[in-house]
Amino acid sequence: MGKIILKSVRKSFGPVDVIPSINLTIENGEFVVFVGPSGCGKSTLLRLIAGLEDTTSGVIEIDGADATDLPPAKRGLAMVFQSYALYPHMTVRKNIMFPLKMAGMEIGEATKRADAAAKVLNLTNYMERKPGQLSGGQRQRVAIGRAIVREPAAFLFDEPLSNLDAALRVNMRQEITELHQSLKTTMIYVTHDQVEAMTMADKIVVLNAGNIEQVGSPLDLYNHPANTFVAGFIGSPRMNLIDGPEATKLGATTIGIRPEHLDVVTEGGWQGVVGLSEHLGSDTFLKVETDLVGTVNVRAGGEVMLRHGDKVRLSPQAGKVHRFGPDGKAI
Amino acid sequence: MARAVTPRRKLLYTVAAWSVALLIFFPVLWTILTSFKTEASAVASPPELISADWTLDNYAEVWGRSDYPRFFLNSVIISVGSTLLGLLIAIPAAWSMAFVPGPKTKDLLMWMLSTKMMPAAAVLIPMYLIFQRTGLFDSRTGLVLALMLMNLPVIVWMLYTYFKEIPGEILEAARMDGASLRNEIIYVLTPMAIPGIASTMLLNIILAWNESFWTITLTTVNAAPLSAFIASFSAPQGLFYAKLSAASTMAIAPILILGWFSQKQLVRGLTFGAVK
Repeated sequence: MGKIILKSVRKSFGPVDVIPSINLTIENGEFVVFVGPSGCGKSTLLRLIAGLEDTTSGVIEIDGADATDLPPAKRGLAMVFQSYALYPHMTVRKNIMFPLKMAGMEIGEATKRADAAAKVLNLTNYMERKPGQLSGGQRQRVAIGRAIVREPAAFLFDEPLSNLDAALRVNMRQEITELHQSLKTTMIYVTHDQVEAMTMADKIVVLNAGNIEQVGSPLDLYNHPANTFVAGFIGSPRMNLIDGPEATKLGATTIGIRPEHLDVVTEGGWQGVVGLSEHLGSDTFLKVETDLVGTVNVRAGGEVMLRHGDKVRLSPQAGKVHRFGPDGKAI
Repeated sequence: MARAVTPRRKLLYTVAAWSVALLIFFPVLWTILTSFKTEASAVASPPELISADWTLDNYAEVWGRSDYPRFFLNSVIISVGSTLLGLLIAIPAAWSMAFVPGPKTKDLLMWMLSTKMMPAAAVLIPMYLIFQRTGLFDSRTGLVLALMLMNLPVIVWMLYTYFKEIPGEILEAARMDGASLRNEIIYVLTPMAIPGIASTMLLNIILAWNESFWTITLTTVNAAPLSAFIASFSAPQGLFYAKLSAASTMAIAPILILGWFSQKQLVRGLTFGAVK
């Protein structure tokens, strides 16, 4: 079991409200990603759930029981840190067995569990090494191993992939997703990388300045962003947000069009000049200076052969224009 | 950017460093040399070096006239005992200052250090009276306590600077892994801090070994360590430099050897936190 409920959780450091008040329900077995820019309070929120920070007010329930004042050790949660936080003086085996030792588990059973975890994570050959003798990816696996042996109610990940290189990050991302599919345990994952959020999550929680901007499935957030913040944050390249007369024409203060929803057309649409053109083979990213709506980003097919200085016409696809009111909320 | 060091400049630095080192070490060297001279040779003016009469008699006489092993044993018990007791108190103290600092932690640390600036003589009378009335006078327990209290600020400071370098996330990981505060300190913090704890221990053993004000004032016979052993040779018979030097050499030799073998550890201990 691993259902976590946050009720009016508030956290302030002195006079600064880092998290003004958050209500959130995380269902058992869900993969929830907290995403937002640096300093939005996502790591603080995770640490509140972990018990590494005390809440200023509000209630944190884990599996129906009030865990607000429980120490981290008593919450039944496991955490994987950004810096891996392995014990440098212990071998991989001892690192993985440490939580079991702390729980007072009998050594035979603990060894069996550590070996099983090592097998799942491809660490069997490294069990007698110290963390200093491992690569970044292997260290991350040890940190995950240390988390899974405890069979926790939920896993907490604090930007676990940000110290890895790009290729390894993609691999580990898939491994963590597969791990979730096999364990079916609740996972809460903090990242500032919206690609990780989109690819891994069952449910994304977008945070900004300590407030939840929107909660929903990745495609929900992509297709129906609740406000301009979410619209700009989710999706890569970023959504074009356009103010002015073109927005007013559609009865909105701001309109949002994703780069992939702008077509290069021969007639009509917005006229502009290509400023930058990046050919990736599969896609072509264009930055176009238009007369009517300023600079917009366009994601066109790989076959589009436009260069710097070329004149183009752009037209948004029907039904793909997002409209936002004066308060930034979707209409 | 580091400036390139020319061979000439390097030579200059080497000569300067050796000169300073020799200047600092000279009194110890002279003591050791004097301990092998006859009394007449030891007080000769101008000082004799090549032409001196060399002898081992001073050592034989010092050994024969006093109970060196007892003084030595007292020194070991007092210096090691006070250091271990100090560590036992300082490790949790330094942990809390380094990892859960309060608004006044910095002030507390400064205050602790300021006690080291107080002249020991200022508390001589109260300490003497307290020790006499509580039966701690001339006891090893009393000296262990006194030297522990004297060195505690240094131990806490050294451990504090060392603990500050240990990433807090590792201790948080231990907490998430179910470690109680006690287990966190025993299984994670202490093993990671072993180099720092070792150098703190070494330095404090040396400080306690060399301490002479309290060890001479608060002892007579039973608990008297090697500092009192040296002092006993400067007393009634007048000054016999050669014998005094032999006694001094015997008193400092063990700690000098310990220091020599652990110098790498000591330097690391005294400079940690200096370079980030």
